[in-house]
Amino acid sequence: MEKTVNQKAWFLVLPVLLLVAFSAVIPLMTVVNYSVQDSFGNNQFFWWGIGWFEELLHSDRMWSALWRQLAFSAIILAIEVPLGVFVALNMPKKGFWASFCLVLMSLPLLIPWNVVGTIWQIFGRVDIGLLGYTLAALGIDYNYTQDAVDAWITVIVMDVWHWTSLVALLGYAGLQSIPDAYYQAAKIDQASRWKVFRYIELPKMMGVLMIAILLRFMDSFMIYTEPFVVTGGGPGNATTFLSIDLVKMALGQFDLGPAAAFSLMYFLVILLISWVFYTVMTNLEKREG
Amino acid sequence: MSDATVTQTSFTAKARKPRMRVNGSAVVMGCYLLFLLLPIYWLLMMSLKTNTEILNTFTLWPDNLTFNNYLTILTDASWYMGYVNSLIYVVMNTVISVVVALPAAYAFSRYHFLGDKHLFFWLLTNRMAPPAVFALPFFQLYSSVGLFDTHIAVALAHCLFNVPLAVWILEGFMRGVPKEIDETAYIDGYSFGRFFIKIFMPLIASGVGVAAFFCFMFSWVELLLSRTLTSVDAKPIAATMTRTVGASGIDWGVLAAAGVLTIVPGALVIYFVRNYIAKGFALGRV
Repeated sequence: MEKTVNQKAWFLVLPVLLLVAFSAVIPLMTVVNYSVQDSFGNNQFFWWGIGWFEELLHSDRMWSALWRQLAFSAIILAIEVPLGVFVALNMPKKGFWASFCLVLMSLPLLIPWNVVGTIWQIFGRVDIGLLGYTLAALGIDYNYTQDAVDAWITVIVMDVWHWTSLVALLGYAGLQSIPDAYYQAAKIDQASRWKVFRYIELPKMMGVLMIAILLRFMDSFMIYTEPFVVTGGGPGNATTFLSIDLVKMALGQFDLGPAAAFSLMYFLVILLISWVFYTVMTNLEKREG
Repeated sequence: MSDATVTQTSFTAKARKPRMRVNGSAVVMGCYLLFLLLPIYWLLMMSLKTNTEILNTFTLWPDNLTFNNYLTILTDASWYMGYVNSLIYVVMNTVISVVVALPAAYAFSRYHFLGDKHLFFWLLTNRMAPPAVFALPFFQLYSSVGLFDTHIAVALAHCLFNVPLAVWILEGFMRGVPKEIDETAYIDGYSFGRFFIKIFMPLIASGVGVAAFFCFMFSWVELLLSRTLTSVDAKPIAATMTRTVGASGIDWGVLAAAGVLTIVPGALVIYFVRNYIAKGFALGRV
């Protein structure tokens, strides 16, 4: 759509600007403020320059949390994206069963995150949970509160359970936009199922899939509630991801300076990924429009 | 003649092939849905069992069906007030978000203005910002202005990600409305306000519904900020639940029942928004 230039449109945006400035800019400025100061307690602060940032770059704690975070995001993407596409390809195209699948698949997406944690906390327990009990009955030694590997598997399966439907729903929306003529043409050419997927469905899904991948990356990168409820970051620090570590540092130990420096670095990474996301979005719209 | 043969063969191929695929697909979908529903089923069953049954025997189906867990929640103020508090701030947040987002989304969908692209991008960064970064500053900000432990504090804090979400979703819907409609209305002598409410709003009613639904949902599922900003008077149900966990002698049945009750609001409206779920999650871009 051709847009007209109208500087008065600023007035329409003003309420949003003020509100988001209040809830985003002011808090962020506080963070910047803390990140360059140190305190003796009693609210006495003094200038500390980039000291916290230097310390942060040499802190094992931050790096290990970051690597855990990246590993987690990579693993869940590697599982959720192919699985989501596979599910999307198998969904009924229309009619009652399409609605039926849509409704049931959306269900995990709408469950409060702490309840997702609670569900899996219960489900995986060896004494009272279906999954834990079954595994124990099969003779598999499984205990997510003691064993780091089991904790990781639990958290990953939980995330797959929670969010694969999102990838599937977006992929499904992409598939719905393919005109029937494409499939008919493929049939005339006697294209194999794989070729139909590779040359018709995948390119048409690519745009929405990019959105799905970026959304999943972002949301998994700031995951807090679900692993916090299930494992509390343990055993030890095995499932302490960035957000969990940051909250521990800021609200648990009240280490304002290091926590603020940590926050800023975290935010810069997010900013970078947001920019990639935005670029992909706008390019996509240009191509379609 | 040859045309007829082609149609004939393609017709039989069409009739045979889909059935093969539907069967395979049905199996895949069946397995996937089973995987999704099993944990929820377990939660539901547990909420209907007594604690002795949960802890002492392992049953797939409750032996003595009981609704006592739900009764406990609905009669104990410390439990049901959690739901009331959550609902209050969620509704406040939804109303604020949609009301401020409507004019902004209109501006983004219709006009070019200085810095519009940067502003739109900046909004996105707030949707993507980790709540953990904002937990401590929010705590200090709202404490210093005397809003700590009030509903409005949580509602405003959730605006951080819900206002950008609403703007993006509404913009996605509004760009689908042809601009000629605006122009015709202005020629007919409508003022901006009357045009917006009388003509434009009915056209994007489904968009407003979807935006409101997603604001409601993201505010409803959030735990970290709502827990940080409240202690007693505005404590949300999510915080009530996590504080029970870890205490000695967890009442599993009641915890499961509380979990089931938090799923209810989403499950009630899910049918009406089923075709918009993908669009909403993708910020109106599908």
